[in-house]
Amino acid sequence: MELADIIVKFILVVIIFAISLVIAMYSTYAERKIAAFFQDRIGPNRAGPWGILQPLCDGAKMFLKEEIIPTNASAFLFIAGPSLAILTACLGSAVIPWGQDIQIGSRVIVLQVADINVGILYIFGVVSLGVYGVMIGGWASNNKYSLLGAIRAASQNISYEISMGLSIIALLMLTGTLSLRELAAQQHSWHWNVLRQPLGFLLFIVCAFAETNRTPFDLPECETELVGGYHTEYSSMKLGFYLFAEYINMFVSSAVMATLYWGGYNYPGMDWVALHTGPTVGPLIGVAILFAKIFLFIFFFMWVRWTIPRFRYDQLMDLGWKVLIPLAIANIVLTGLISNYL
Amino acid sequence: MESLSNKRKLIESKPLNFWERAYLPAIISGLSITMKHFFRKPVTISYPEEKREFSENFRGMHSLKRDENGKERCTACGLCALSCPAEAITMTAAERQKGEEHLYREEKYAAVYEINMLRCIFCGLCEEACPKEAIYLDGDIVPADYLRKDFIYGKDKLVEAPLNQ
Repeated sequence: MELADIIVKFILVVIIFAISLVIAMYSTYAERKIAAFFQDRIGPNRAGPWGILQPLCDGAKMFLKEEIIPTNASAFLFIAGPSLAILTACLGSAVIPWGQDIQIGSRVIVLQVADINVGILYIFGVVSLGVYGVMIGGWASNNKYSLLGAIRAASQNISYEISMGLSIIALLMLTGTLSLRELAAQQHSWHWNVLRQPLGFLLFIVCAFAETNRTPFDLPECETELVGGYHTEYSSMKLGFYLFAEYINMFVSSAVMATLYWGGYNYPGMDWVALHTGPTVGPLIGVAILFAKIFLFIFFFMWVRWTIPRFRYDQLMDLGWKVLIPLAIANIVLTGLISNYL
Repeated sequence: MESLSNKRKLIESKPLNFWERAYLPAIISGLSITMKHFFRKPVTISYPEEKREFSENFRGMHSLKRDENGKERCTACGLCALSCPAEAITMTAAERQKGEEHLYREEKYAAVYEINMLRCIFCGLCEEACPKEAIYLDGDIVPADYLRKDFIYGKDKLVEAPLNQ
């Protein structure tokens, strides 16, 4: 790899990092605004026009708050928890293909940080690491609410990872590749995987809700029972990191869903557009399409949050083990039968 | 036991059928309900900028009235203070001097007139007790403040603006 390539990659990394942080920041704003609209309210509108500076004010507030580490907390792990949470949240976006190769002059730029041939496995690895941030933080707080929240998070994530993995297996049987880049390329134009795997997508999105700890699966931070859940003892920017990690997770899982099932940067009529706009602008339109899909998924996350009440814990486990896993296995069998005999 | 009224209703709890147990139809109908609200006009009134219309008999901040010649009506009889159930009103009376006839209508007037807005319950009894029609609760909502002492409103805040000459 020559130096120019490394510089281009570095710039890409910085851009993706910045974009995921900014999107996470404005997700908090969108969450509040959308919640307000769903409840016939206006939402934040004082900081800047339409309250557009609200996330900055929230961030400044978080930084200025007093930082408290409880006396009996394990100080190192207490700090490691939120750091790990945000680290693993940011890692996931590395393998997502953001668009087709862009040609600028004679240089071809690949819009993906790392095209590893086990892309999906990498994402699963990072996602399952994510629970450690919550677990460590909850345990280190030396607070029973935090501990309960952490235990819930751990068992919930482990349970739903199984059906998530199983729902992906059915997809992999059809596509025959683990590389996200190839997966996205296979869904050219309108050949989106969701058309071939509707049940698989349904299972995947339910599990994605559970993995990101969003309503109706937000039991780890269930306010009614556990005060604040795993981040009860956290204050200042360490709390901010936990909240931020949730929104980055949401962004990454939306990107994964869009890439795996909803065609990523592909859209019907993309060949015609590419022919008429050239090799630089055409892929950029694809990137915009991918982001539109991601925003739609983020909106859907929020829409569901402000509609559905949370599950009781035994219902959550019932759903995970008794419904989703059998359905996912049935989906694998069906996919196998159909792709073999039809 | 026989029921006293015939309002009692027997509620039967049927077991959920397949579609109800499947969650998804219920979730979709819930999502459509929230989506309807998404496009509905918000009911919020952004208070300091826009104000809700008050009813005709709304009782807000007090004002001490002037008569048609711009003289203060209050004679410091103390009936308002006496009628006040919250004991929010105090006043000091003074005698009108020569040359002050254009300021005060009667020979006696309130030199100091104070209402503690933290005590006031806006019942309007002072308004009813006043024989001179000098006090009315026809103002706005009493604004918020930082210090308790700033809620004791004197004549500077209560007396109506003088008539334009």
